[in-house]
Amino acid sequence: MNWLTEFVRPKIRTLLGRRDVPDNLWVQCPACEQMIFQRELEKALKVCPHCAHHMRAGAAERLAWTLDEGYAPIELPKAPADPLRFRDTKRYADRLREAREKTRHDDAILVAPGTIEGQKAVVAAMDFEFMGGSMGAAVGEGLLAAARLAVLQDAPLVVFTASGGARMQEGAISLMQMPRTVIATRLVKEAGLPVIIVLTDPTTGGVTASFAMLGDIQIGEPGALIGFAGARVIEQTVREKLPEGFQRAEYLHEHGILDLVVPRAELKATLARLIGLLRVRQIETAAVDATA
Amino acid sequence: MRHFLDFEKPIAELEGKIDELRRMSEPNGINIAEEVARLTEKADKQLRLTYAKLSAWQKTQVARHPERPKASDYLRALIADYTPLAGDRAFADDAAVLGGLGRFEGRSVVVLGTEKGADTESRVKHNFGMARPEGYRKARRLIELAGRFALPVLSFVDTSGAFPGIEAEARGQAEAIARSIEACLEAPVPVIAVIVGEGGSGGAIALAAGDRVLMLEHAIYSVISPEGCASILWRDAAQAGAAAEALRLTADDLKRLRLVDAVVGEPLGGAHRAPETAIAAVGRAIAAELPGLLALDPVALKARRREKFLEMGREGLG
Ligand SMILES: [Zn+2]
Repeated sequence: MNWLTEFVRPKIRTLLGRRDVPDNLWVQCPACEQMIFQRELEKALKVCPHCAHHMRAGAAERLAWTLDEGYAPIELPKAPADPLRFRDTKRYADRLREAREKTRHDDAILVAPGTIEGQKAVVAAMDFEFMGGSMGAAVGEGLLAAARLAVLQDAPLVVFTASGGARMQEGAISLMQMPRTVIATRLVKEAGLPVIIVLTDPTTGGVTASFAMLGDIQIGEPGALIGFAGARVIEQTVREKLPEGFQRAEYLHEHGILDLVVPRAELKATLARLIGLLRVRQIETAAVDATA
Repeated sequence: MRHFLDFEKPIAELEGKIDELRRMSEPNGINIAEEVARLTEKADKQLRLTYAKLSAWQKTQVARHPERPKASDYLRALIADYTPLAGDRAFADDAAVLGGLGRFEGRSVVVLGTEKGADTESRVKHNFGMARPEGYRKARRLIELAGRFALPVLSFVDTSGAFPGIEAEARGQAEAIARSIEACLEAPVPVIAVIVGEGGSGGAIALAAGDRVLMLEHAIYSVISPEGCASILWRDAAQAGAAAEALRLTADDLKRLRLVDAVVGEPLGGAHRAPETAIAAVGRAIAAELPGLLALDPVALKARRREKFLEMGREGLG
């Protein structure tokens, strides 16, 4: 497993590469339509200072915001590209190449080990910018690598999800990532380590119906769309208007599906606190080891 | 009245003629018998030719054929002493998921099935085979029951997918599916799944993460329906045929990709033409798989099942 040795020497790519925008750029909030100064927005972790709308964030930003060490993803195992030689109106191979150029990532997941306010953790983050964060073999491999690394480092696994679901262009191979990622959560849990899932906007389909619902702790970001079926499909099926706030994090919280809805600014501290509270056994074992 | 698919029209015409001749009978009987024999041979040949090279889209239609044997037909024919068990112990019983205890070739088993129904009344009753969270929670409960009593699990999958509804979402459809997949993977007993008709996405894998996954020759197994895929990627649901090809959803494709373990042959013209023959073939295939799995201890069984899924997708069609 060459990726295991690779993480020791993480391949650091600069996060700033994508942000070479002028400092005076203004951004309009899609929720309240107010103009926000770009630098202001970045400082607020892409949360609107006027209406607290949580804008979508990329995987690189997630790692940067969460880990004390900042953004330093490891090399992930490769999955076969375009296993079905899929072609719709465009070749999947071309879509992949374009997504790689756009995001500068290999696929829709990044993984990095590190600490969260001093608490050891392995963090995996999905990237909605990469083909809608869709889950194919590469994402499955990435999540499995994250799980194995967590076990190896005796660290909790934290996953930020953002996905439209399965990657159709990989057909049933993408469907099989559901059991494969379920196995990933089992590996971590069997090692006595916590799995914490942070569901961000949007998380739907096969990702929601697999590892993303199997955390020991389930956290949602405010306003995040989280669900199994798409709103349009549901409307067409039941011919009913969807209730206010349907499939939003707060709705899932009310329905007992999420433990917490945590504003982005408090997320890092919340994760660190939860890990600290859950890992009593580790601390006690360490204390016993020290006295022995 | 037999239901014919569009591409079966030439066969339908021939068989129509044969029926007509048979009804005429009597007057110059001998000539009619000869003509019937000639036409029957022609119809058989046509059927053989048609079914030897079904496109992915044609297979999709065969997999969804209204007269195709349903999960309940397999249960009735293959399982003795079938005793249905109901409910998720929390909210309701979901008729889209059949489940219970019974005997397969004398051995006590837990059986599961997604049931589409065979006529308007039963289709509505079973919600067209689209399960709600309580269906997957019932499945999980029964798989755990199987584990407690060391009973193999046999699962017959035929569903267009999980039900997309407001209440289903509110009650945690995604979580229910995830836990059902987990239950399959964690079972300390053999889990054999058979995709008998439509293997529709998450709603299918929820009951099919087994040691051995068998697939009928003309069944389909896909991450999304061809229509759904076409309307998203082609922005035109009419491109479903092209999507069906691209998705590689046939039994042959799945076998080549090593996503299913074996393909069970269907009688000429599809399972709907000779349901008993198709069901018996599935019974034999299950009987062939069971002993090898029963010989493994629970730890080895689970490890092997996991390894199988972990190996999936590491290679494409090449
Ligand atoms: Zn705003």
